[in-house]
Amino acid sequence: MAAKLILSMDGVILKEYPLNKERMTIGRKAHNDIVIDNLAVSGEHAAIITILHDSFLEDLESTNGLEVNGAPTRKHFLQNNDLIEIGKYKLKYINDQTTQTNAADFEKTMILRAPVRQAAPIANTSDAATGFMSTQINPGTTQAADSAEKTGKFEAHIPAKPAPAPAKPAAATVPVPQAAAVQILTGPNTGRELELVKNLTTLGKPGVQVAVLTRRPHGYFITHVEGARHPTVNGTVLGDQPHLLNDHDVIELAEIKMEFYLKG
Amino acid sequence: MKVEDALEIVSQTNSGMVRSHNEDSVAQEAACGLVVLADGMGGYNAGEVASGIAVSVVATEVCQRLQSARPTDRDMATGEELGVLLLRDNIRKANASIFQAAQSQPQYAGMGTTIVSGLFYDNRVVVGHVGDSRMYRLRGETLDTITRDHSLLQEQIDGGMISIEDARLSKNKNLVTRAVGIDAEVEPEIHVHDVQVGDIYLLCSDGLNDMVEGEDIQSTLYAMQSNLPLATEQLIQMANDNGGRDNVSVILVKVKGKFAMPRGWLAKLFDWFGK
Repeated sequence: MAAKLILSMDGVILKEYPLNKERMTIGRKAHNDIVIDNLAVSGEHAAIITILHDSFLEDLESTNGLEVNGAPTRKHFLQNNDLIEIGKYKLKYINDQTTQTNAADFEKTMILRAPVRQAAPIANTSDAATGFMSTQINPGTTQAADSAEKTGKFEAHIPAKPAPAPAKPAAATVPVPQAAAVQILTGPNTGRELELVKNLTTLGKPGVQVAVLTRRPHGYFITHVEGARHPTVNGTVLGDQPHLLNDHDVIELAEIKMEFYLKG
Repeated sequence: MKVEDALEIVSQTNSGMVRSHNEDSVAQEAACGLVVLADGMGGYNAGEVASGIAVSVVATEVCQRLQSARPTDRDMATGEELGVLLLRDNIRKANASIFQAAQSQPQYAGMGTTIVSGLFYDNRVVVGHVGDSRMYRLRGETLDTITRDHSLLQEQIDGGMISIEDARLSKNKNLVTRAVGIDAEVEPEIHVHDVQVGDIYLLCSDGLNDMVEGEDIQSTLYAMQSNLPLATEQLIQMANDNGGRDNVSVILVKVKGKFAMPRGWLAKLFDWFGK
């Protein structure tokens, strides 16, 4: 089902417009796909470009501009329930594609038939150094400052502040378990608390003994990664499999004891 | 060091939480330094058939040829290295096999597959890919995507239509613009990269990168680089914890040592003249 715009003014719904063309224009003049006959609206005010399931809003250099969700904008990638405001008029964007269709079918990889392009330029095969492409779709954004490695002390890697969370379309519905933390009970960092804010927190010293704490939808797990000695939980030595942590479990790793506990 | 001693390779494939069957295929040929991963598509079991053909054609043909030839040998006509040539030709060969099977058997009509493959030799890796299966590289703490998806979304990113941040919100994922076995011919994208000791290469199907943030992939590879089997399990588990809506396959290759090709005086002489 195609996405649509619902036009309203002062809370009264005026009309619905399915976005069934690649380019639809909004404006005062009669040739627009969505006509809003009001002097505050420019002759050709804005356009909506729809590519399959995605729609983009673009201001066509209108006199009075437009706002999306209260913020003035010139170009915007529309998301479900976005509210476009042009003067006193409001246009609500509805695109609940993923909730309507069978999610499994929707996720299936499909081939988009496009004219076959000619051979992409191929990297110089003899001089490999120049062959590196500049694609960086997902540059690892974390600077998991490896404090343990640098100081030789026992510390966990936690970022100074949680990275700004980009909206996650796929993972948005995944439940995040209760907040949890680890408090160090022995050694030079006694009393320090490490809040487990990432999906994966490393403990220990690389090359000596490393374990990771992973946050999963149904709880926190500790897993031995490297080192001749395995960590213990409440005095029991862990195997190679992830171990579910319970509130107030005491972990011992590289001769440091710490307590795991749930917060809030 | 021989390439098979220099690389540690671990792979795993999983059907995910939603799909009943697995259309991904993986292969690792340590002896010739080759890894291949394919994500098939097509009705019934045609997806498995397509990815299976692709992986077995590339793995068998490349390794067979390398038993009697060196990947650094140069082709007389084009001057290209055999390693590059082999990867390109055999992806094309896989394309022809799948296309023919799809033409001749109605239940396979329209089947196709993505592919990503890495051939390691002489302290380099030749990467060939078609579609949206990816190769990443962890070097130090930095994770880079070293393939560029052949997908509508990537074209939109390249064209400046949509920012990389916004691309995560797109509902047009999973639309590939190039695939193996769909047309009579295909143009694989081939690049050569230098390899450093300590690098970790990740090959994966979109079931991983659609479900798991790049940041989490990076922190997993970085934290678990000393334990590759655990890292593969963790990556697949994260994809499944986040919904596991697609098959998910992972190959990890860790570079433990240098693997320069031994060069005889004759080869050196040829190289010298070839310059």
